[in-house]
Amino acid sequence: MYYFDNNATTPLDERVLEVMLPYLSTAHGNASSAHRYGRKARAAIDTAREQVAMLVNAYPAQVIFTSGGTEANNFAIKSSAAQAGHLLVGATEHASVLNAAKSLEKQGWRIDTIPVDNNGLVQFQDNLLQQDTRFISVMLANNETGVISPIKNIVETARQREIIFHTDASQAAGKIPVDFDAIGANLMTLSAHKFYGPQGIGALITDKTKVLEPLLHGGGQEKGLRSGTENIAAIVGFGKAAEIAHDEINNRVIHYQGLKQQLEAYLSSLEGIEIVAESVERLPNTTMVVVDDIKGETLLLGLDHEDIAVSSGSACYAGKTEPSHVLVAMGYSNDQAHNAVRFSLGKEQTAADVHQLFAAIKKQLDKMRSLALAVAI
Amino acid sequence: MKLPIYMDYSATTPVDPRVAEKMMQCLTMDGNFGNPASRSHEYGWNAEKVVDEARQHVAELINCDPREVIWTSGATESNNLAIKGVANFHSKKGKHIITSKTEHKAVLDTCRHLEAQGFEVTYLDPEANGLIDLKKLEAAIREDTILVSLMHVNNEIGVVTDIAAIGEMTRARKILFHVDAAQSAGKVTIDLQNMKVDLMSFSGHKIYGPKGVGALFVRRKPRVRLEAQMHGGGHERGMRSGTLATHQIAGMGEAFRIAKAEMEQENERVMALRQRLWDGLQEIEEIYVNGDFDHRVAGNLNVSFNFVEGESLIMALRELAVSSGSACTSASLEPSYVLRALGRNDELAHSSIRFSIGRFTTEQDIDHAISLIQGSVSKLRELSPLWDMYKDGIDLSTIEWTAH
Amino acid sequence: MAYSDKVLDHYENPRNVGALDSSDSSVGTGMVGAPACGDVMRLTIKVDDNGVIEDAKFKTYGCGSAIASSSLLTEWVRGKTLDEAAQIKNTEIAEELALPPVKIHCSVLAEDSIKAAIADYKKKQEVTEE
Repeated sequence: MYYFDNNATTPLDERVLEVMLPYLSTAHGNASSAHRYGRKARAAIDTAREQVAMLVNAYPAQVIFTSGGTEANNFAIKSSAAQAGHLLVGATEHASVLNAAKSLEKQGWRIDTIPVDNNGLVQFQDNLLQQDTRFISVMLANNETGVISPIKNIVETARQREIIFHTDASQAAGKIPVDFDAIGANLMTLSAHKFYGPQGIGALITDKTKVLEPLLHGGGQEKGLRSGTENIAAIVGFGKAAEIAHDEINNRVIHYQGLKQQLEAYLSSLEGIEIVAESVERLPNTTMVVVDDIKGETLLLGLDHEDIAVSSGSACYAGKTEPSHVLVAMGYSNDQAHNAVRFSLGKEQTAADVHQLFAAIKKQLDKMRSLALAVAI
Repeated sequence: MKLPIYMDYSATTPVDPRVAEKMMQCLTMDGNFGNPASRSHEYGWNAEKVVDEARQHVAELINCDPREVIWTSGATESNNLAIKGVANFHSKKGKHIITSKTEHKAVLDTCRHLEAQGFEVTYLDPEANGLIDLKKLEAAIREDTILVSLMHVNNEIGVVTDIAAIGEMTRARKILFHVDAAQSAGKVTIDLQNMKVDLMSFSGHKIYGPKGVGALFVRRKPRVRLEAQMHGGGHERGMRSGTLATHQIAGMGEAFRIAKAEMEQENERVMALRQRLWDGLQEIEEIYVNGDFDHRVAGNLNVSFNFVEGESLIMALRELAVSSGSACTSASLEPSYVLRALGRNDELAHSSIRFSIGRFTTEQDIDHAISLIQGSVSKLRELSPLWDMYKDGIDLSTIEWTAH
Repeated sequence: MAYSDKVLDHYENPRNVGALDSSDSSVGTGMVGAPACGDVMRLTIKVDDNGVIEDAKFKTYGCGSAIASSSLLTEWVRGKTLDEAAQIKNTEIAEELALPPVKIHCSVLAEDSIKAAIADYKKKQEVTEE
């Protein structure tokens, strides 16, 4: 089976698994316990915090571990919600950002979206701001299209007006260099399982200029900002995945770029396939296409027969078959959006794998089109 | 014998090797590493299957419908979701919540947070044995009470609450009943077909499963409604968004499966070990068991050693991994709030040790622990001016101390 | 909590544990702290005719740092005059034992105990002189 759905989740790197194993068996302390088992767990968490900080050029004290990207996004958006106001989110954000923002409406918040152009780039303008705009959230890179958001001017404006700026870097981290300090965001979301770490762990990075209201109340772990017994095995795995990503990021970018160029060159040779946001800067591992007249779901099933796993956009709409809100925001029709398929490459994949993918796509498209033709005749 | 001897099973348990094995199968490229929400390929389907199986195992241990089990990141999140979720959803009906002073911090801190938002919370005082007097609970119920939240088994003193009786009381009054069962699952029988509990929190790592995963039981009949606290892709029927961590869930499912199969035997064995420990400790003068001795889980023994200070005792017992008070507060120097709520004076609260034993504790462990404790207590009492005074027949309560 | 080697040493091998005969007019007793606060120190000193502390004993109910602070104190005050002993500062004790900030109060208590013992001794002398 060929797995081209690495933006949904990645398999665990074996080096990550190796460091996690002791914490799944013998090293089993609760990091809050004062005895030796507990202290060992605490030390392991400290190391992981340093590794995660290093990946995004932040300080360890700026890292708050959460149960994943969804929690980090919820935490970010609800962390300063006490005083209602106006909130701006990018139109193509992940559901966890959009829905967390929407949940604040009940508390009197007004939510507006920053539109995107046909290429998925946020079109931020000062006239979107209101007197009481308190929070802006724009993702670093889109999970479906891979489009990298131009956020420099948004961050500058947010700084000037003392608006809290949050960016969801779940998809960017581990695929391109991410520098929290240089980005200048107040808050940033990370998710381990998007870059070969374990599922169930993520982090919110904070510049510590704002007082955060915790999302989870309890034993006061993570300096009171995130209660709950630390998931040590996952935290240690997250740290290792971050360390590896930090070490390998340049090679990964080159590797991905090569494969992506190859894939997109292949795809361009086919009739009736459009590469979404082809001309703008995207994640080096992500290619989304819209296929004329063939439903994404149909092509997916066809590819599944060829032992190839891809997705029709976001995996997170558990069970729903609504068209991708990302493509709709970019101006695609509902029909076109239904015809989208996303290929997201992995770090272990080779030119031969990509060739295999292409051959399968071509075979399935030919088959489906000849069938369609037959029906039409 | 492996030192230090682990006697802190209430803080966390080691992962059962069978659980670790199950988790391993979900971690690598060859395994079920997929995102269970991926509906377009086998990796996703397989992961979903694993998640469903695990849900079934959890449901079997607690006798409920698998669809009533919502995955979370742990009992803390389950408690937050249950309490805030109910409070937010039913706030028009009423804004009064009843809980007790000996709940876990995840419940107490969440209630305090709700108080800041305009809810009223009654914190019941437990009796001296740690149990809640049902008459006092009944008396605390008001017209606008929407939720009662009480733990099944206390994490520090191990006492077991009669949740079946409380469930009858709350159901009759149409008040929702949430139970934090993090410490009871796998140790005490939970039968949700017959117990009128509406919401119940579970933890993976207190029952030989992994950390970072838990569950919330949300009753379907009569249907319990709550407001989601984690918004996103609409996982877990909209009640809890976030990618499901397949390996963690698989581990928790296996832990619950094993618990169901082995609970009865294990309780017998652990109970015998605890009795052995207690028999050994009873040779020491001036010790007190905290919490009702009979209504408690098999693995817990919480003892105060009079005239010995708790932290120095923990230090003397370096070869024993035990805790004084709950793990979540042990970084601070405050005496246990649970013991204080029972009316224990500060000295006895300060000198308490929680021994919690479990699946991998052996008789040798217990015997070694007894001799360590006997030696340490006698050494520290030799050092203690309070012990001298006690031996001289001086009533310490008559002395005017220079508090600093 | 991580303890320094010196704290561990005093805790494992406390020096001068015990009590001197408090009915003796050359013995001063200082008992400070409270059980409710988690530490009580009782220091007894025996003072010779030249005002030099010839012996000191302690008993302490408290954490390892409290035990170590009082144990160290007995070593330091032996052979000192009352005036010298009264000069011992808690910061010196804390520094010597490398106490973490949350344990500084233990050294404060030790300082208080020697002051209280000296005061008790002096009070006894006044009584006997009369």
